[in-house]
Amino acid sequence: MTEPVVVLENVDKIFGEGAEDQVQALQEINLQIEQNDFVSLIGPSGCGKSTLLRVVGDLIQPSSGDTTINGKSARQARLDQDYGIVFQAATLYDWRTVAKNVQLPLELMQFSRSEKDRRTQAMLELVELTDFAAHFPWQLSGGMQQRVAIARALSFEPSILLMDEPFGALDEMTRERLNLELLNIWRKTGTTVIFVTHSITEAVFLSTRVIVMSARPGRITADIAIDLPQPRNSETRSNVRFFELETEVRDALRISEGGREVSQVSA
Amino acid sequence: MSESRQRIWAPLLILVALVILWETLVTAFNIQQFLLPKPSAILGNLAQVVVTGGTASADESGAERSLNNRFFVVLPGRLTPEVEEHLQSARWLEFPIGGRSVHVVRGSNLTPILAASWFTLKEALGGMAMGTLAGVAVALATTRWTASREALLPFAIAANSMPIIAFAPIMNNWFGIDNPFSKMAIVTVMIFFPIMINTLRGLISVDSRSLELMHSYAAGDSEILFKLRIPNALPSLFSGLKVAGALAMIGAIVGEYFGGPRIALGVFITQEAALFRFASAWAAIIVACLIGITIYLVILLAERLALPWHPTFRK
Repeated sequence: MTEPVVVLENVDKIFGEGAEDQVQALQEINLQIEQNDFVSLIGPSGCGKSTLLRVVGDLIQPSSGDTTINGKSARQARLDQDYGIVFQAATLYDWRTVAKNVQLPLELMQFSRSEKDRRTQAMLELVELTDFAAHFPWQLSGGMQQRVAIARALSFEPSILLMDEPFGALDEMTRERLNLELLNIWRKTGTTVIFVTHSITEAVFLSTRVIVMSARPGRITADIAIDLPQPRNSETRSNVRFFELETEVRDALRISEGGREVSQVSA
Repeated sequence: MSESRQRIWAPLLILVALVILWETLVTAFNIQQFLLPKPSAILGNLAQVVVTGGTASADESGAERSLNNRFFVVLPGRLTPEVEEHLQSARWLEFPIGGRSVHVVRGSNLTPILAASWFTLKEALGGMAMGTLAGVAVALATTRWTASREALLPFAIAANSMPIIAFAPIMNNWFGIDNPFSKMAIVTVMIFFPIMINTLRGLISVDSRSLELMHSYAAGDSEILFKLRIPNALPSLFSGLKVAGALAMIGAIVGEYFGGPRIALGVFITQEAALFRFASAWAAIIVACLIGITIYLVILLAERLALPWHPTFRK
């Protein structure tokens, strides 16, 4: 049995200083993620799912607890360039063409020129944007920009792909198409994906596991294995099991949010 | 296409209309030339159109015998030897019309004004180069060492609120009245702040996601500087340069008002005004204005070439 890719033990994150300003963003997070898992983090706004993603990616340091990524510290994993990241906004650099944006991590990691070109070419093919290599980001639609961001995140073959609501700003049609594309890419590359989302349907459709979180303090309230058959496609959405799992996640979310509603009423 | 043509022609038409209005009003109300010279009198210092030949008609018999810096001059009949020689030596163009000939000649003040403009332009450009270098350098340094930003910025703001022109006599004293470096120093001090603050804003106001992205690639400070901060700062550097371009000519000319070599544009304007030759002072002002516009256009062109991706140029 191979070692888990991500191991979080008793991770706490407290923002702010002084008793009144303190916000407990994460509380006692224990989580293991196996190689080639596709894990979605879902929960109400402010439940700390983006914070959790950033703790894994070493963009935020936890207040306490241990983070082990690929058998080393999160910092070492970041320095070893184990992470590819995709945000809700494509975050492309305006002054770089599509191809140059995809190449950015390759430049920083000092890939050889021929290797850079080869990988850029391959990535653009993967996200079907070969014809747009010389375009600037503003000439692309939101969905295309997000595909460039995915190509950029995958270009250096990171072992972990961190995605923070990558399709949150897109329309439903584009989102569903990109969901399928992402699954395709995930199958081809074999990376481990941690995916933050607001959408129950998206979480169930994409994931092998859905982690449900509650807000203030942010903690894990449910961990649901998604046993839908692979590969998933548009027919998956009409599978009876798909609806059962959706309901299961929805109920888990309701319970985790319910607690908050009660506390608000009593307050 | 028609829209871009309109963008050129509309202001040009307004300009021509204004000049005609100016000429008519000054003539109609008989305004004294030391209050406001006619545009034709101003233009006459730079170029003249002289019509010669034919015989003097009855009403032309009393016409002037000299060129006298006017824009449009009719000299029928015989020419004096001096005028004849001037038409030869200053000629740009000559063509016949109905038995007379039309000479387009260099205005008598064009050469001194151009020479003075070139001298002052060099001061302005020298000051711009130094001020831009200094401004960018300080902006880079304060980005690199965040602590120095808090320590230095209040001084930069205080320095900017000082009337920099008041430094002119001191700079003249430091570097010598005839030394172009004294004016370059004034321009440098003048444009330092707009360049520095604009560049700094561009270097600092980097999208936090873009920074996180760089950190996730384990990029170092210098890589973040060259691949993210500097490209991000270029548009605001160009905004700063556009402001600086206008300030540079102002700084150099006003600096020269406090003294400078005879060949400088500011000195030329003060001297002509002191001698009541307002039309030629105005001519020099117009040339200074044209130079300012040219500097601006050159910066605009450079911006367009350097930032083809910028939203301003999206079609």
